[in-house]
Amino acid sequence: MTWGDQALFIQRTPCCAEVPAWWVQLHAFSVQGLFGKNSEQLTNSSSGLELEGSVRGRRVESPTDNTEELWLLHSNIDAIDKRFVGPLGTIIIKCKDFRIIQLDIPGMEECLNIASSIEALSTLDSITLMYPFFYRPMFEVIEDGWHSFLPEQEFELYSSTISEWRLSYVNKEFSVCPSYPPAVIVPKAIDDDALRKVATFRHGGRFPVLSYYHKKNGMVIMRSGQPLTGTNGRRCKEDEKLINATLRAGKRGYIIDTRPLNIAQQARAKGGGFEQEAHYPQWRRIHKSIDRYHILQESLIKLVESCNDQTQNMDRWLSKLEASNWLTHIKEILTTACLAAQCLDREGASILIHGTEGTDSTLQVTSLAQIILEPRSRTIRGFEALIEREWLQAGHPFQQRCAQSAYCNSKQKWESPVFLLFLDCVWQILRQFPCSFEFNENFLIMLFEHAYASQFGTFLGNNESERCKLKLQQKTMSLWSWVNRPSELSKFTNPLFEANNLVIWPSVAPQSLQLWEGIFLRWNRSSKYLDEAYEEMVNIIEYNKELQAKVNLLRRQLAELETEDGVQESP
Amino acid sequence: MEHIRTPKVENVRLVDRISSKKAALGTLYLTATHVIFVETAPDTRKETWILHSQIATIEKQATTATGCPLLIRCKNFQLLQLIIPQERDCHDVYISLIRLARPVKYEELYCFSFNPKLDREEREQGWMLIELSEEYKRMGLPNEYWQLSDVNREYRICDSYPTELYVPKSATAHIIVGSSKFRSRRRFPALSYYYKDNHASICRSSQPLSGFSARCLEDEQMLQAIRKANPGSDFLYVVDTRPKLNAMANRAAGKGYENEDNYSNIKFQFIGIENIHVMRNSLQKMLEVCELKSPSMSDFLWGLENSGWLRHIKAIMDAGIFIAKAVSEEGASVLVHCSDGWDRTAQVCSVASLLLEPHYRTLKGFMVLIEKDWISFGHKFTHRYGNLDGDPREISPVIDQFLECVWQLMEQFPCAFEFNERFLIHIQHHIYSCQFGNFLCNSQKERQELQIQERTYSLWAHLWKNRADYLNPLFRADHSQTRGVLHLPTAPCNFMYKTMVSKIPWKTQESECTDCDTVSRSSAVLCRFWNGMYNRFEKGLQPRQSVTDYLMAVKEETQQLEEELEALEERLEKIQKVQLNRTKVRSKQSEPSKHSGFSTSDNSAANTPQDYSGNVKSFPSRSPSQGDEDSALILTQDNLKSSDPDLSANSDQESGVEDLSCRSPSGGECVPSEDSGKDRDSDEAVFLTA
Repeated sequence: MTWGDQALFIQRTPCCAEVPAWWVQLHAFSVQGLFGKNSEQLTNSSSGLELEGSVRGRRVESPTDNTEELWLLHSNIDAIDKRFVGPLGTIIIKCKDFRIIQLDIPGMEECLNIASSIEALSTLDSITLMYPFFYRPMFEVIEDGWHSFLPEQEFELYSSTISEWRLSYVNKEFSVCPSYPPAVIVPKAIDDDALRKVATFRHGGRFPVLSYYHKKNGMVIMRSGQPLTGTNGRRCKEDEKLINATLRAGKRGYIIDTRPLNIAQQARAKGGGFEQEAHYPQWRRIHKSIDRYHILQESLIKLVESCNDQTQNMDRWLSKLEASNWLTHIKEILTTACLAAQCLDREGASILIHGTEGTDSTLQVTSLAQIILEPRSRTIRGFEALIEREWLQAGHPFQQRCAQSAYCNSKQKWESPVFLLFLDCVWQILRQFPCSFEFNENFLIMLFEHAYASQFGTFLGNNESERCKLKLQQKTMSLWSWVNRPSELSKFTNPLFEANNLVIWPSVAPQSLQLWEGIFLRWNRSSKYLDEAYEEMVNIIEYNKELQAKVNLLRRQLAELETEDGVQESP
Repeated sequence: MEHIRTPKVENVRLVDRISSKKAALGTLYLTATHVIFVETAPDTRKETWILHSQIATIEKQATTATGCPLLIRCKNFQLLQLIIPQERDCHDVYISLIRLARPVKYEELYCFSFNPKLDREEREQGWMLIELSEEYKRMGLPNEYWQLSDVNREYRICDSYPTELYVPKSATAHIIVGSSKFRSRRRFPALSYYYKDNHASICRSSQPLSGFSARCLEDEQMLQAIRKANPGSDFLYVVDTRPKLNAMANRAAGKGYENEDNYSNIKFQFIGIENIHVMRNSLQKMLEVCELKSPSMSDFLWGLENSGWLRHIKAIMDAGIFIAKAVSEEGASVLVHCSDGWDRTAQVCSVASLLLEPHYRTLKGFMVLIEKDWISFGHKFTHRYGNLDGDPREISPVIDQFLECVWQLMEQFPCAFEFNERFLIHIQHHIYSCQFGNFLCNSQKERQELQIQERTYSLWAHLWKNRADYLNPLFRADHSQTRGVLHLPTAPCNFMYKTMVSKIPWKTQESECTDCDTVSRSSAVLCRFWNGMYNRFEKGLQPRQSVTDYLMAVKEETQQLEEELEALEERLEKIQKVQLNRTKVRSKQSEPSKHSGFSTSDNSAANTPQDYSGNVKSFPSRSPSQGDEDSALILTQDNLKSSDPDLSANSDQESGVEDLSCRSPSGGECVPSEDSGKDRDSDEAVFLTA
């Protein structure tokens, strides 16, 4: 279906002056005409563009059956281009989910008005003017997502098994570490005063906290910011004590630094650094090299650009895929996560993971390691809990990282597809273990969309402290409230799922990694046949379940009848 | 037997390719047909069987302190690295295998000694499973436009063609003979596929001997006859599948291509598919990439691109798409040729037919397609796949490429094919194995002379017997994808500005580029590396759970449930009737049999971590690997045995052609994975180096 061939009638073009608007709404009446091949029909159809001023639900009942509407959140708009050929203006809207929409608008003035309105609306300065603050759900909230994954509950899950750990509220006022949540899990042997001291020794106050407890052998993953050793090798007794407190007698642990050694060394000049072996004799340090920030952002830009350029031949495609380095990043992140999981599960060693701030590559590694090790994190609830714990609570700066996507021109340093890379890695594992996840690919795609543009408040703000100040819990709806309703869940449930209590070791060889077509080719390939296959798969499994239920019912009935028979006979 | 210098070598080590530090100790046996490696480890005694005919190259490497390494590369992409303690033994094995892998006579091939214990009648029936005459009948032939010609009886005109051929009714024997004299190796235009719906057809031939100016009236009449056999179109496409440059070079040798001026109403088109030498080198390069030890992503992608393999695959698919479109959408007939018309022509005709004809996408139909376009039309199997010692320059992965094209289509149309990936892999295997007679020789004539049907068994019967293993669970005869022409989503031109709002979230809308009038092509981004084929012996690189196998198990269980349901309903009815009659009859039936769930069949997603440490030198942790994949392997082998004796004959467990190990692990029943306890050694190693 193309909008481009078609002149769009402007119905209303309200100015954006006072009332903030959150949706670009596109109407296309007479679906057949617009999407059919017959150009005669095309001219008969009418369509419209509306910049919506009032708060509305995403989907509006169509006045007639042949009306097609496209609602686009302004915050989903990544970039907008305009061009003119004679009196015909063209606006090209590039979305953060990589979709590109072209609108042809007759009349230069109108076109300019619309373009500037969209521009202004899609780049609101204030978070509190964003849509989530005005969104009113049109569904019944069964369970408030803001309370679905409280740290206390999560700790509770562990508490029966972990006696050496405690929940600390040292960061209650966000004073010790602004990017940590109020409650963190730390070794029992370390009191809050010591934690405060350790915080001064770690980047951003991010003292080592528990990320994951491996029930099988009691080993743990901790994460933190880099130690602030500086050039003169500062040390901190409390820090050493803290991380040593996690080791069993005679055991050793690993420190995985997500930066290459030379970068870590350079960091010393800026006051950062890494753990000196002399001061941490029980720990072995491993350096990996996961790229950060603009390198990842550039990688994404290149990748999306080459995915969109389909005129190319095979060779150009492979070179561009290679040149984007996207899959290299995937491989590096997955490898590091597997290494961490391997240390934990196979070597029986505890691990501390950090990079520089401990808010990006660190979280990719800790969360992927859990996907590999922990069956619960492969369920829908468990995965949500993981995102809540390891990304939101752990202070991944979503607001900064996801402000722009692949089409942005601004070279701001803090935008980076860190979370998308994580989701891609999960997809890679899902592809290798298609029966071990309770959720399907759509679930991951949905999370990607909402991280970049959402009517829900979940991914707003950069950390818990900011979210508290914004009063998101009171003023916005949680994504989980929407997702965790049966009607939505059914879309995200993997029909092939069978609980797998094993550790799952993915292959990280280049041959085993693939481009995530569901994201990157989503708007430029037809998924019709793949969707049909998915449907077929669901049908096969549903039918099987149905039969099973029937058979069980009949068996019970028979058993009853037969005992009845027996009873009747016995007297 | 006289070629075997040493039948047995002990203390040989088989090196694991992924984890080079792990090697299995065992004994190497050389038999008349196989190389067999039996592991010494008492608990597994794992066996690896390699057919001599599968051996592509043998490489003796420089002796090291540990022994003499011998590298065996197989045509089914298996790679074996053996370390033989004594240099002399190694040399003996090497010399023996060199000879055994290159038989000089057909009679030395495995199919003449292979005996699956079928009686004569069964064997004959096996050969009758696929009848080409039936296939032409199915196409609706003969009809008012096409007739069966006996002009090539006893291979009088063309010895690489079959004796039974369909030609236009208006093409007299005189025209055919005249045309054949104007074509390379006398391969005159003959029908490959007839599209019932609109009378358009795909015909095939070799290049014309046109040189710079020669022409042949009969050949021109022949093409005209083909055009006229399709009343729906006033022109005929002539597709030369070669690059233009190659075709022009052929003119100097008195060959070449059709001059549009001499033939009335033809549209001539080049489709640049490279020749067999380019393809051979391309595969070689790609396999080198596959062999790389822990390559980086860039190494791999760069190497893949550099090999050009996917570009060639795409070229073949594009040619097939072009022809299928010409036939189905333009209603025009197409004459396809390359040089001799037995390699690229076979590829392109069969890809086009596959797109056009749902029947070819079924198990049996696919066998028919290969029988028709490849076997009967004289694709030179023996030369191309090096079954006998011969000119290595004749060898080329022509049919491998076709099989890959099919796989690429299967990836894009998951419900359209009745068979699964395993089917393609097993066909590939047997093209090289020489275990069945189907693919022997270079033409039907040779096959007849060798009495292949009397002396060997047919692969088709064997595959058909085990068809349950080859079914695609997503295939449903009444599904829309299984009907009609497969329309490949073609690469949208000017994508950025034309394909907009391609999908509205709440309504699935297919994005279609309506005004794409260029030659439609498959999308490059959708051409993928076929890991399941080229790395199929590297289990570690394959997905650990297979959706196909899972769904097949579900379907099997569904069938059992259906039967049980019926039985239960019957019993219930009976009992109710009995109760109604107030007769007290105690049902003596026992408890309903507990149906065996698919989940119980196999637990093991048992997989082990790879070498994730990469270049961190001080982290040598070699995790326990393959050895622990216990139950998975046993199942694999059992399954092979039951379903596919030939493959199990050379079933090295590790290779596990069957990927059944991937069936979903059952929740409660699975044993927790082999644990840390086992790899204490690696544990220590780490800390030692720490």
